[in-house]
Amino acid sequence: MKNPHELIEKNVGLLTILILVAISFGALAQILPLMFQQQTLEPVKGLRPYTALEMEGRDIYIREGCVGCHSQMIRPFRAETERYGHYSVAGESVWERPFLWGSKRTGPDLARVGGRYSDEWHRVHLINPRHVVPESNMPGYPWLAENKLTGKDIAKKMSVHRSLGMPYTDEDIEGAKAAVKGKTEMEALIAYLQSLGTHLK
Amino acid sequence: MSMFWTIWISVISLGTIIGCYFLLRWTLANKTGVKEGDEMGHEFDGIVELNNQVPRWWTILFWITMVWGFAYLLAYPGLGAYKGFLGWESSNQGILSLAESEEELRKDIEEGAWNEYALEVKLAEEKFDPIFEAYAKIPIEELAKDDEAVQVGKRLFLQNCAQCHGSDARGQRGGFPNLTDNDWLYGGTGEKIKETLINGRQGLMPGWLDSFGEQGISEVVAYALSLSGRDVDANLASAGKARFAACAACHGVDGKGNQALGAPNLTDNIWLYGGTERAVTETLNYGRNGVMPAFKDTLGEDKIHVVATYVYSLSN
Repeated sequence: MKNPHELIEKNVGLLTILILVAISFGALAQILPLMFQQQTLEPVKGLRPYTALEMEGRDIYIREGCVGCHSQMIRPFRAETERYGHYSVAGESVWERPFLWGSKRTGPDLARVGGRYSDEWHRVHLINPRHVVPESNMPGYPWLAENKLTGKDIAKKMSVHRSLGMPYTDEDIEGAKAAVKGKTEMEALIAYLQSLGTHLK
Repeated sequence: MSMFWTIWISVISLGTIIGCYFLLRWTLANKTGVKEGDEMGHEFDGIVELNNQVPRWWTILFWITMVWGFAYLLAYPGLGAYKGFLGWESSNQGILSLAESEEELRKDIEEGAWNEYALEVKLAEEKFDPIFEAYAKIPIEELAKDDEAVQVGKRLFLQNCAQCHGSDARGQRGGFPNLTDNDWLYGGTGEKIKETLINGRQGLMPGWLDSFGEQGISEVVAYALSLSGRDVDANLASAGKARFAACAACHGVDGKGNQALGAPNLTDNIWLYGGTERAVTETLNYGRNGVMPAFKDTLGEDKIHVVATYVYSLSN
């Protein structure tokens, strides 16, 4: 009798297909159902879409790689909730695309940093963190204060987010460019940071 | 979770385990047509493959893993809406508001549910709440003599306040006040410090460039600097004095400030935003709006009481 193993062992295409079938079970059982659960799709009661300025700030947060050192995910341990506030819940992230939960904490978690510091503190801190926290090892981002936003892509960004479920109105999108044009990247990033975690009320 | 998804997940999860069982059975049977231990009939570069069974230790581990998998899915939540017979959960899910979260947490604590987070909170409250409650009954001025309370307050300070006021509480340039110098914007009694911590503060110094003009500003700057005994151009200062009436509404006619408004004393040569001529000019031109965030929700009143005690102890 021919060795049935040979059929798979000597046929890379078939081997690939069978491997994909085998590992897809994990995703089918763990990921797919979550895309249809009310628990993961229902926004928390206070959730609102990002303003145009916050949306630009979010992109700067992504561009500067903040997510590499700061998580936005407070885990349900008291040691974390004592420091950062209520643990993160699914309903806060329903419009996050891509989500910025992160997995590395060189700096502190930022999931609820909104309102923790003044705008002025953020400005000084982003230019050079050691001006306010001498022990800090975070790099400075002084160019944020000089770069001005043009608002070139903001309307497009917002309408893409709308097509993915963020409830923007036509007025929001029309007014977006005017709302951000001429503002500095610093202002945008601070607006974004000040919004973080403030929606769970 | 609906019945459909519960069945979907159960079929895939349990089906995978059952599939593994049959796969293992199938693999253990010799279907190659070659006697065990003999060559499989192909070689490469002098290396030949023998028809060997999978090792026994590996087989046994696989059996144990399957049994473990079944037992785990029975005991813990894993199969859709089925919560497992232990009733364990890590924390309350599907939270939509803080009030709802608090309500469910209290319910779990009361019922003794096996909710890891609720258990942690319960344990901590039983241990720490009596301590903070006892501290809260003692007036801050008196509690500041209790070394242990001050140390507790210091730890809370380092975690929550040091980012702006510095780990030595000496503040930072640019509007983050030094808390060790007994110079207070809003008052330095225990209760006032506590009030500042609970509700936060919002500085409201307007900019004067539009109404004074550049010349006017330099006059008022000269007068303001003269209030703390600095050497200034006497002509400028006397012109500035005339304009100071506008400033006196908050800073007082004598420039000694007003703690009810958080208007700084201008005569003590302590400068929140810097005391150079340039820094004071900047302050007068564009105003200053320092913000102390509210900590009522972050820390709660009892812990604020202890933090305020630490802050009070720094200068008393």
